[in-house]
Amino acid sequence: MNGFNQYVALLRKELLLESRQQHTLYGVILYIASTVFVLYLAMSDPDADTWNAQFWITMLFISINAVAKSFLQEPRSRMLYYYSITSPVVFILSKLTYNVILMIVMGIINLLLYTAFMGDVTASFIQFFGISLLGAMGLSLVFTMLAAIASKAMQQASLMAILGFPIIIPQLLLLMRLSKTAFAEIFKDGAPMQLVLLLLALDLLIILMAVILYPFLWKD
Amino acid sequence: MQFHWWKIAAIALLTYAVVGGLLLPVPELSQLGETIRNLYYHVCMWFSMMILFTVSIVHSVKYLRTGDLNHDIKAESFAGVGTYMGLLGYATGAIWASYTWADPNNPAYASFGSIMREPKLIGAAIALLVYGAYFILRSSVTDMDQRARVSAVYNIFAYAMLFPSIWIIPRLLPSLHPGQEGNPALNFNDIDSRMRMVFYPAVLGWTLLGTWIATLLVRYKQLNEKKWNAHEK
Repeated sequence: MNGFNQYVALLRKELLLESRQQHTLYGVILYIASTVFVLYLAMSDPDADTWNAQFWITMLFISINAVAKSFLQEPRSRMLYYYSITSPVVFILSKLTYNVILMIVMGIINLLLYTAFMGDVTASFIQFFGISLLGAMGLSLVFTMLAAIASKAMQQASLMAILGFPIIIPQLLLLMRLSKTAFAEIFKDGAPMQLVLLLLALDLLIILMAVILYPFLWKD
Repeated sequence: MQFHWWKIAAIALLTYAVVGGLLLPVPELSQLGETIRNLYYHVCMWFSMMILFTVSIVHSVKYLRTGDLNHDIKAESFAGVGTYMGLLGYATGAIWASYTWADPNNPAYASFGSIMREPKLIGAAIALLVYGAYFILRSSVTDMDQRARVSAVYNIFAYAMLFPSIWIIPRLLPSLHPGQEGNPALNFNDIDSRMRMVFYPAVLGWTLLGTWIATLLVRYKQLNEKKWNAHEK
């Protein structure tokens, strides 16, 4: 089997697994719903800045929860099986793709629930929607790599947050800055586009690093 | 004992930096006054932190290429001393800020929160948090080879994410900190030529001192390792 076929097969396996073990998926959705509900009870009528900040914080926590299971769920024996049938680069690429898909779906659910509860304060919802998809992609890429690292250590779930927070800060700041375009803040000409390109470049960098570094983690 | 010329150089450069830094003429700026001399200590801490972190990454890459545990020990030691330099950078910066930024007549500068929001401080905080996480990661993996490999991977990954952020964030947020439009103190326009005479030797001196401390740490850890290996046999 060549690399591309392996990639497709692994990706299909992840999706199939998800449709069989729906309890984890519903678990994440319930997590989103309860987080948003708590926020809704905690404050009414947030202004645009608070709304924006809260939204990205929920996205951060959701991505940790949704992505964490991708590596932590795999038992050692199954990793050994993957080891014998495929290459690390194909494996990490399939994980990255799967988590991006998962996180984009979760991001959409989160955005819909969040606006339903907290009200829509954006000036352009479509723009904010696009930005949140971009954000979901970046978050899932970073945390996939960190889950891969954390899965080799003890206390994996909490370690992932410790490892991830400092690394994700710049990306979150960029995203919050960029989201302000959707709140009708005036930007210099071309500045939002620059931010989008910057975020995409960061995503590319993460994928590149994952492809280079994962083979070293893979060896046991 | 081995003779190391660079250790002598470190002593000479630091003596020069301390004596020259306190005595040589500096430009007179109304707001900074004589506190400008802190540049020789505060900025140098950050420079040597960055250099030591970079050395740590180089050793992490070398470890992944060769699998030699000595490189892992070096990567850890240099990261440790780099973190220490970062803490000193915070301390010198806090003293400096208390004389220049924390102006009781200006409410915007008064609170800790407003100072902590400085982009340069955010960047520095991220760097220190990353290395804090690095040490926690190390302590939570028990197998030695595994620990070396996993922490090397995190070291490289974090460094690759950290540096873009140090260049990006300052350009996103407003700042009081000098050097807004680029890399502070490297730009030839924002540092006086008289100060450069002390500044560059000082950077070199502090970095050499950091390297010296790190090599001592490396030797200590290697001896410890040897002791345990002998113990097990």
